[in-house]
Amino acid sequence: MMTSKFFFEWFLPGIWITIQVLVYSAVLAGVVSFVIGTLRTSRFWIVRFLAGTYFEIFRGMSALIMMFWMAFVVPLMLGWQFVPMFSGVLALGLTYGAYGSEIVRGALAAVPPAQREAGIALSFTRMQRLRRIELPQAWPEMVPPFNNLLIELMKGTALVSVITVADMTFAGNLVRLSKNESMPIYTLLLVLYFVLAFILTRGMRMLERKAKAGVGRAPEGRTILTRKLSPKGELDQARAGTAGAGGAG
Amino acid sequence: MSSSKNETENPAVDGSELIRFDKVTKRYGSNVVLDQLDFSVNSGKHITLIGPSGSGKTTILRALMTLVKPEEGTIKVSGQYLFHEEKDGKLVDAGESHIREVRKNIGMVFQQFNLFPNMKVLRNITEAPVHVLGLDKDEADERARELLELVGLTEHLDKYPSQLSGGQQQRVAIARALAMRPQILLLDEVTSALDPELVAGVLDLLRDIARSTDITMLCVTHEMGFARDISDDVLMFNEGKVIESGAPEKIFSEPEHERTREFLSAVL
Repeated sequence: MMTSKFFFEWFLPGIWITIQVLVYSAVLAGVVSFVIGTLRTSRFWIVRFLAGTYFEIFRGMSALIMMFWMAFVVPLMLGWQFVPMFSGVLALGLTYGAYGSEIVRGALAAVPPAQREAGIALSFTRMQRLRRIELPQAWPEMVPPFNNLLIELMKGTALVSVITVADMTFAGNLVRLSKNESMPIYTLLLVLYFVLAFILTRGMRMLERKAKAGVGRAPEGRTILTRKLSPKGELDQARAGTAGAGGAG
Repeated sequence: MSSSKNETENPAVDGSELIRFDKVTKRYGSNVVLDQLDFSVNSGKHITLIGPSGSGKTTILRALMTLVKPEEGTIKVSGQYLFHEEKDGKLVDAGESHIREVRKNIGMVFQQFNLFPNMKVLRNITEAPVHVLGLDKDEADERARELLELVGLTEHLDKYPSQLSGGQQQRVAIARALAMRPQILLLDEVTSALDPELVAGVLDLLRDIARSTDITMLCVTHEMGFARDISDDVLMFNEGKVIESGAPEKIFSEPEHERTREFLSAVL
């Protein structure tokens, strides 16, 4: 389906580009989520209004059209252009950040008001309460919806191929154009996106467990590698323990 | 000051006026919770607020803690206005930093403990001293350990609040409030959410603190025995006003006001 030369020159670098676009736009979306989400809980109506406006606008805009706009309209308006990958990352980060801000806002709103009062009673400033009390408590609630969003974003990175960013979808399209073969390459792409999603989910699950342990809600130290000790295993360990103790005694 | 409190070191405790409410009114919609309330508390005193629910007791504590803002009147703490500042001889609404400065004199223990679930016990206690008072980490740790010893929870310092019983959580909350070295401690029905068997331990601890420190205490409670033990004065509230006040012996044995008699016969 593709020559090894093509594979090494286009396809492997394409996977790497997809990962890069994913990482950059996830970081941008994360920053936007927290900044906009937090501002939307501000006590100043004007701040809430502006942050809310951002949210409404970017939630309602197509990331694909925004990419086109950044790649093709910006050069006409300004006389210079973004690097294509930058356009893609910007469009993805800003739109998915708008969705993410809703996750942050919702999770902050779910922190019991009593926690805010306890913070006031200890004379923390607003910023300190947010940073030390409210955000850390809201965090475990954010991780599962963020996992969803991250996977949406990962799949959304395929959009950058239309503005000539040579990600793995772009490489796949090249294969179709040059070899006139669709089935193998697109099947391979589907599998690859799925594998990426699966890896991301495993990672986010670990993060979720860690986040919950951080508020004393789940046992710590369970990872993907040491997920379950079978009852038998535990029994054996316990037995070994008592045997050892008995021997020492 | 009575001479029995011989561990007096705090120069602020000279029996002078520490808290003053002046014509304080708080409404929720058409419901008047505090009605032109006047009262004052001298430093070092232990005051118990009693009265039927909805009579405004808790609102007084919440106003002192700046969790609610009265619509009218002024509150003074250690001679400073709590919600107001004087500018050019006029009283204006105080800024956030002024409120925070005055508030540092005040600590509060809540009915539902309100420990920070994202921090272990030790950090629950050290967080504010470190980040609000600017104590260095070691000093705050040491202070926290002393307090944990006082409340009898030294072995739990590395646990999350969710791993503790209600009574233990409330002891941590008391330690957390004391770690800020407040002049005034507000206790808002601190045993109401506890299992009956855990109540006595927390009350004993508070009796201890009342005896051995100079902290001025304002206490909303339904534990009349406790109120009788620790109070210098009992204030009986009804419909946003103090209708009767005096030494606990007097209020509990020979109340003057009809409403007080009714209330006491219902709770005793």
